[in-house]
Amino acid sequence: MRKKNVVAVLATPVMIAMLLLVAGSPSVKANDQPSAANAEVKIDNFSFGPQSLTVPAGTTVTWTNRDDIPHTVVSTEGVFKSKVRDTDEKFSYTFEKAGTYPYYCSIHPKMTGKVVVQ
Amino acid sequence: MAAKKQGLIDQMLQDLNNDGIDRRGFLKCMAWAGTGLVWTLSGGIPVSRAFAKGYGKEAGKGGDFSFVQISDSHMGFNKPANPDVIATLQAAVDKINGLAQPPEFLLHTGDISHLSKQEQFDNVDQILKSASAKDVFFVPGEHDVLDDNGKSYLERYGKSAKGSGWYSFDKKGVHFIGLVNVLNLKSGGLGSLGGEQLEWMEKDVKHLSHSTPIVVFAHIPLWSVYPEWGWGTEDSAQALAYLKKFGSVTVLNGHIHQTMQKVEGNVTFHTAMSTAFPQPQPGKADSPGPMKVPAEQLRSLLGITDVNYVRGQHSLAVVDSTLG
Repeated sequence: MRKKNVVAVLATPVMIAMLLLVAGSPSVKANDQPSAANAEVKIDNFSFGPQSLTVPAGTTVTWTNRDDIPHTVVSTEGVFKSKVRDTDEKFSYTFEKAGTYPYYCSIHPKMTGKVVVQ
Repeated sequence: MAAKKQGLIDQMLQDLNNDGIDRRGFLKCMAWAGTGLVWTLSGGIPVSRAFAKGYGKEAGKGGDFSFVQISDSHMGFNKPANPDVIATLQAAVDKINGLAQPPEFLLHTGDISHLSKQEQFDNVDQILKSASAKDVFFVPGEHDVLDDNGKSYLERYGKSAKGSGWYSFDKKGVHFIGLVNVLNLKSGGLGSLGGEQLEWMEKDVKHLSHSTPIVVFAHIPLWSVYPEWGWGTEDSAQALAYLKKFGSVTVLNGHIHQTMQKVEGNVTFHTAMSTAFPQPQPGKADSPGPMKVPAEQLRSLLGITDVNYVRGQHSLAVVDSTLG
């Protein structure tokens, strides 16, 4: 009887500690999302890939131009705007607030995409 | 001599079929053309260029002249589709300098530079200095107005222009209108002229006689070539409405890096080849990017456009020729 009680008493703080560790770790998620810190969009063939990207708040999204023609990344609501990006050049923006952020290439306006921040 | 030429005209008119095309004259025209694409319309009747020229001269007015359109030099581009856009622009200038009739001036319909950089504009200006025609009129392409909303383009090329770089001028009775349709482009949209420019254009042509030949030049096509790839202008219909009264309107554009033409009533639309790299035909590729071809084929897909005006003729003669 006593042993059981001791085990129970010892187990509880250990369990609490483990729970805290799990809760505090940003990389352990139930639904297998990439790290909350960074996400990528590749620009190629006059399109953004993925065209719609969903990320947690606080994520830095980096666009990399893999096309052989320059492009830009411009928010339709004026939230962010890259300088022209030639082949292999990048643009990054950190999304602090939840919301939907549609954007497009101002040089080739048929190229559109969006970032959904949860 | 004049009487003989008049006789020829009468004969050609009599040879018309119901569709208004004189086949013998048209074939003569094609044979003369050689490798270049030659067509000229006069009230719907194809007329050979040499014939039209002779007629104009003997009319005694001396009003004829020619100019050359070049486009999409993309100075600064250096990818596999063309690693040397300097050489091909120089080849275009050599072609201009080899024309039988030296052009009075040049029109550059934009994408002068590839990245709106000063040294890229400088390079183009330098190369064009060796052209026989010393006057060059420009309109910007979307590659010329990057990052600064066209400020450096305007400082260099738009000193006497209005707004974002539109303007008009007259040459020997022909009225030229340069339009800017590459700024303030909206997401998912096409080229755009904007209200201010359209208002200016309406006033600009209001008091011109309807017999004044009009030439409009702008970067993105002013007709709907292929909207899926952005090859069109949202509000061009309004601009064309202001030109409805004119008997002869020629619209010269670039942007698509290939020749395309369309005739709609009194309006002749024509797009020029690039001097830098070709692009695929509408829908023939995933995207409208630079089209790689074997090196020995490149120059056959690049070129210039020679435009001939003969006083008294209804329309301008437009001749495309490749660089090789």
